[in-house]
Amino acid sequence: QGKFTLLRDTRTDGSFLVHHFLSFYLRAGCKVCFVALLQSFSHYNIVAQKLGVSLAAAKDRGQLIFLEGLKSCLDLVFGEEEQPRQPSPLQFLSGSTSDLRALFDFVRVSLTPTDGDSWKGPVLLVDDLSVLLSLGAAPVAVLDFIHYCRVSVCCQLKGNIVVLVHSNEDSEDEENELVVNSLCHHSDLILWAEGLATGFCKDVHGQIKIIKRLSLRQAAEQDLVQIYQYKIQDRNVTFFARGLSAAVL
Amino acid sequence: LVFTEEDKYGLYSNLLFKYFLAEGVVCGHDLFVASAKEHPDNILKELPAPLLDDTYQKELGDEAAAVKSEDFQDSMKIAWRYQNLPKMEASPTTYTKFGHYYDISKKISPELCQSIKWHSFYLHEELSFEPKMKTCNMNSGYARLLQSIQRIISQEGFDGSDPQKKQRNVLRIGIQSLGSVLWGDDVCCSDTPGDPHSLTKFLYVLRGLLRKSLSACIVTVPAHLIQNKAIMERVTNLSDMVVGLESFIGSERETNPLYKDYHGLVHVHQIPRLNSLICDVSDTKDLAFRLKRKLFTIERLHLPPDLSDTVSRASKQELAGSAKLLSSGCGAMAIGKKHLDF
Repeated sequence: QGKFTLLRDTRTDGSFLVHHFLSFYLRAGCKVCFVALLQSFSHYNIVAQKLGVSLAAAKDRGQLIFLEGLKSCLDLVFGEEEQPRQPSPLQFLSGSTSDLRALFDFVRVSLTPTDGDSWKGPVLLVDDLSVLLSLGAAPVAVLDFIHYCRVSVCCQLKGNIVVLVHSNEDSEDEENELVVNSLCHHSDLILWAEGLATGFCKDVHGQIKIIKRLSLRQAAEQDLVQIYQYKIQDRNVTFFARGLSAAVL
Repeated sequence: LVFTEEDKYGLYSNLLFKYFLAEGVVCGHDLFVASAKEHPDNILKELPAPLLDDTYQKELGDEAAAVKSEDFQDSMKIAWRYQNLPKMEASPTTYTKFGHYYDISKKISPELCQSIKWHSFYLHEELSFEPKMKTCNMNSGYARLLQSIQRIISQEGFDGSDPQKKQRNVLRIGIQSLGSVLWGDDVCCSDTPGDPHSLTKFLYVLRGLLRKSLSACIVTVPAHLIQNKAIMERVTNLSDMVVGLESFIGSERETNPLYKDYHGLVHVHQIPRLNSLICDVSDTKDLAFRLKRKLFTIERLHLPPDLSDTVSRASKQELAGSAKLLSSGCGAMAIGKKHLDF
């Protein structure tokens, strides 16, 4: 409860972790607010069905609140002038404000329990945060947004947050690196998917580093680091110790 | 969203662009061609002519495979570039019939062009129209282009908004040399462009438009001119498929004996991972292209055997350098950084 998990990928695509957490929390009966900035709803729906969860059904029963970033953006850009309903969560795009307050309000309203809600703890899932920088949000604004979300979701509502970011080793994207490093310092758990250092391999798609940041909560503790390799299949992902992929054994 | 990094002189990426559009003509898709460089009418006249079955057998003979492209029939469209396995002894009939082949020495017939509906956007003709949408601090050229694409999509019903329309067709969008100075963006001129977010915002909105309609899009960008690498990283993130073309013209690779059969390299930086946990993983990521008189082919890069008697230090280093290039893989799966010594 109240944990902040950072999903990070380098030289590879870590979105399989997002799919995992989405179906995991839905199956556990949590109320999930999913801020999906990069892909459409049907993409996640199709993958989730392979993992045994129906997003459409979850949406209908109010367990899943899905913000489809691409669609919201189109509504904002091509929509008519009159805005009878509340402002778009992606209000910062139109340039009228430079902060992500509208997005935070959306998250807060979605996860605040209403009467008749019987879901277990709220969860905020974001895929992916680096896109906000591409859309013109300042790194400080992004960090502020995450900070407000933590206070609201983790501390007040005792929920969890899972956020995906991209990073590269010799990245020249300083703004992104700033955000990623800052988030790393404040995360309870970091799942870092990396491409293999030795190159592309058909049987091992990458390696995942699991860092349990025990030092965050207790001063004397050391972080626990575990490294596994993985291979992604159509319906699941297999993890194995380094060097012990099925192709080798 | 297929994102192509242009080669230095734009020769080969132009060919790829034309193949994409020509395939659309032959498949009966609608086309939307946007450019700030040459008038779309001219682009359309220059598309290569399709090879018909009987002439194709004669043309290919015992040569290696040709480029193919294909797209899916559902609400999310991406154009794939498949690469055939170049078995030297295989006959052409063993290849599956995906897409069509083209003869680049011949131009497409005007009748074939007339048979499809196509729309054009030539930036310099559109400057007078004021965009009706919120420009979001985006470059006005990009904003007008988005406006135009959105208008066509909703007018022609590619987004399924017209239930009356029984025949659903695909819209192929080709955008040439995006990001170049001709579009009014200075991202190619300086390290710290005036508005670094214009291009990425444009791509995001374009991605949204593609996702909600039956369309596929190819964008070519003079990536070698973009000095701000951060923008290229963000752009890669926002695209489904990223292919880079590196031609050997004018570089030291032109005289390198390893590459004598080819005109350039194809770098696949990212392949789409849509509707699935996995993505298509082909055996190799080392592709090279060559331009013959009638065909543009992309094939696996294979090094010729090292038959020289005296292998000097210099050539050994070149080999090692090229081998390092070969071992670097696709961004969607993994990229190797460590150099394996041979």
